[in-house]
Amino acid sequence: MSTGLLTVSPSPHVHTELTVPQIMRGVVFAMMPAFAFSIYNFGLGAVYVTFLAIIFCIAIEYGIAKFLLHKPASIYDGSAIITGMLLAFNVPSNLPWYLIFIGSAVSIGIGKMSFGGLGNNPFNPALVGRVFLLLSFPVQMTSWPTAGPTWSLDAVTSATPLGILKDGMRGGEPMEKLMGEMPSYSDFFFGLQGGSLGEMSAFALLLGLIYMLYRKIVTWHIPVSMIATVAIMTGIFWLIDPSKYANPLFHVLTGGVMLGAVFMATDYVTSPFTHRGMLIFGFGIGVLTVLIRLFGSYPEGVSFAILIMNAFVPMINRFVKQPRYGEVKSMQ
Amino acid sequence: MNLHHNKTFAIGGVHPEDQKLSAGVPIAPLPLPKTVTIPILQHIGAPAKIVVQRGDAVKTGQIIATHEGFVSSNIHSSVSGRIGIIEEVMDSSGFKHTAISIRVKGDDWEESIDRSETLVEEIKLTPKEIVARIMEAGVVGMGGAAFPSHVKLSVPEGKHVEYLLINGVECEPYLTADHRLMLEKPKEIIVGIKILMKALGVEKAIIGIEDNKSDAVELFQEVLKNEKGITVEALEVHYPQGGEKQLIQALLNREVPSGGLPADVGAIVHNVGTTFAIYEAVQKNKPLIDRVVTVTGKSVKQPSNFLVRIGTPVIDLLIAAGGVPEDTGKIVSGGPMMGKAIADLDVPIAKGTSGILLIPKEESMRAEVYNCVHCGKCIEACPMGLEPYRLLILSKKGNHERAKEEHILDCIECGSCAFVCPSNRPILDYIRLGKTQVRKLKKV
Repeated sequence: MSTGLLTVSPSPHVHTELTVPQIMRGVVFAMMPAFAFSIYNFGLGAVYVTFLAIIFCIAIEYGIAKFLLHKPASIYDGSAIITGMLLAFNVPSNLPWYLIFIGSAVSIGIGKMSFGGLGNNPFNPALVGRVFLLLSFPVQMTSWPTAGPTWSLDAVTSATPLGILKDGMRGGEPMEKLMGEMPSYSDFFFGLQGGSLGEMSAFALLLGLIYMLYRKIVTWHIPVSMIATVAIMTGIFWLIDPSKYANPLFHVLTGGVMLGAVFMATDYVTSPFTHRGMLIFGFGIGVLTVLIRLFGSYPEGVSFAILIMNAFVPMINRFVKQPRYGEVKSMQ
Repeated sequence: MNLHHNKTFAIGGVHPEDQKLSAGVPIAPLPLPKTVTIPILQHIGAPAKIVVQRGDAVKTGQIIATHEGFVSSNIHSSVSGRIGIIEEVMDSSGFKHTAISIRVKGDDWEESIDRSETLVEEIKLTPKEIVARIMEAGVVGMGGAAFPSHVKLSVPEGKHVEYLLINGVECEPYLTADHRLMLEKPKEIIVGIKILMKALGVEKAIIGIEDNKSDAVELFQEVLKNEKGITVEALEVHYPQGGEKQLIQALLNREVPSGGLPADVGAIVHNVGTTFAIYEAVQKNKPLIDRVVTVTGKSVKQPSNFLVRIGTPVIDLLIAAGGVPEDTGKIVSGGPMMGKAIADLDVPIAKGTSGILLIPKEESMRAEVYNCVHCGKCIEACPMGLEPYRLLILSKKGNHERAKEEHILDCIECGSCAFVCPSNRPILDYIRLGKTQVRKLKKV
């Protein structure tokens, strides 16, 4: 017979299996198809950039926790790995190591730890780092190696489909000619296009999304509302003037829409709590993305759109509520 | 295969593992204990007033403490013997309450109690007499809350009750006491339902049973074939469907208004165990002196369902179920979601004790707590549609005014939020604290 002391604690006495480290592992697993495609497309460059970013992010988080905050290092929850991977997914595969370091330092140091670490950051850390790099080092951040199986670190560079479109439209070239220069839609879907490391293949990203939905790590609300908004809004413009605006399929499959919808906008910490809030958030990102793409000076706007909507999250959380039980007929 | 979707409640809820280990084990009477310890507060309301003295001889079923005021309950001796010490003992919630100990001698019942097994179907008493008898017999809600049943049956003026809902949901994992009772005493439960229908003057009753107990659903469908007004409804397995408000939403698609009563939407809910106790009280003149208790746990040798006299120490049940396993780290009175961890093995079984659950050491401690990652899973899980994460923050900060505005008092403490929280945050602990503070605000 047991004579040990009994544990006494308030209910509940059971807990679901899904804990923070498991969720983080699940997200990393969900990024694997996209990572595999990036290796197929960019060869060793993708591996080099991704691993450097992960190592820098973990080291910087550990260093800040231990030497600046004097707190136990929080690296075991796995969130630094995700930040590193997402940062890598958002940069070209030929980025020099010191820029990866700067990006990681900004992501983790300013984007995350300066607010108190996991759970306290208002902005998506990987995007903070990415946008910092984009604004500070625009040349290196926009020279993308050409996609296609290669194992050389010195790949030929080319513009992204969105870049071709933006520059072409500025130069007054007709839409049909520009679209004729693009890879096919199936190339877009499977990832044979120029661009950042992890944003290439809609197919691989969707595999990750399906996995995260199956594991109940994320819900459909943000990805669906964001992608649908981009499709509908660009569709309206395309119907108005197809010679001036690209079609919705092009807009959904190119650039960072898929990566943003699946992995960036769904970041728990920087997205709303409620399903209703998530729908508004996804809608806002979609609208801003399209506005920047069609009318802004940058060819791509997903990063900016997500960061701007991140700023609205506290307000959405404050005012957008789920239906409550028994609220309809108030007892007064 | 059942192709259509069974009904369930609409907002939130979780799906903990079923673990109904003792579902196939028939109810067995537990041997009489040497001593019983009967607390005078086993119910919601005022403690009963003791009417016996140390040294008095009592019979099984004799009243030993009477209700104080309307919201209170009579307490009867569950054994025959001699009254021992009357002192404060710790109950399952960890509070000390006065309790009467009785040294057991023989098993000599009050003559007025019909101890035969014969089913008595004819209901002779008038509605008023039924309520008086239930009050006299000390019947309280046996699903856990232990709210005096006669109070529930006294519907406030101006409220019209349309439906009697019988709660056979037993949504807590592990527990099987109600399930076994439904399988073994269906006819008595149905007479109990008719008694309640007569007392309330309602024409319609629905028994709600989750579809993990399809044998009970089928049994009741069979027994109710020729009955008018009483139906059985299979419900999807969905915690906390046994919550009164959730059951009303599942069965009637009505919502009890915030701060209101089930009668506001024309419903009264009673648990199957209570319904059986009401049958015994009204037809057999038997006060509430025993109940079915599940003894269970992953390492328990013989997970069991016992018919236990009120006041029996927990240790007696554990011995009868094969002893306390070596790896026991926590003992819970009730189910894993809402039960209370007890600190020692002498805690007596009370009217509201539905089960004793033994949790292995490796599952008894809370896991490491992380920062809130804003996943929103607590909001998804809350069956009241509240924002548990926010209630935690407000309660922690002491901002009770805001917590009240965020409807903290609507919380039914089902524990779904803390169950799903991937960061293991003590959400419900803080909500409970906050609720206490908000209630204090009200009084000032």
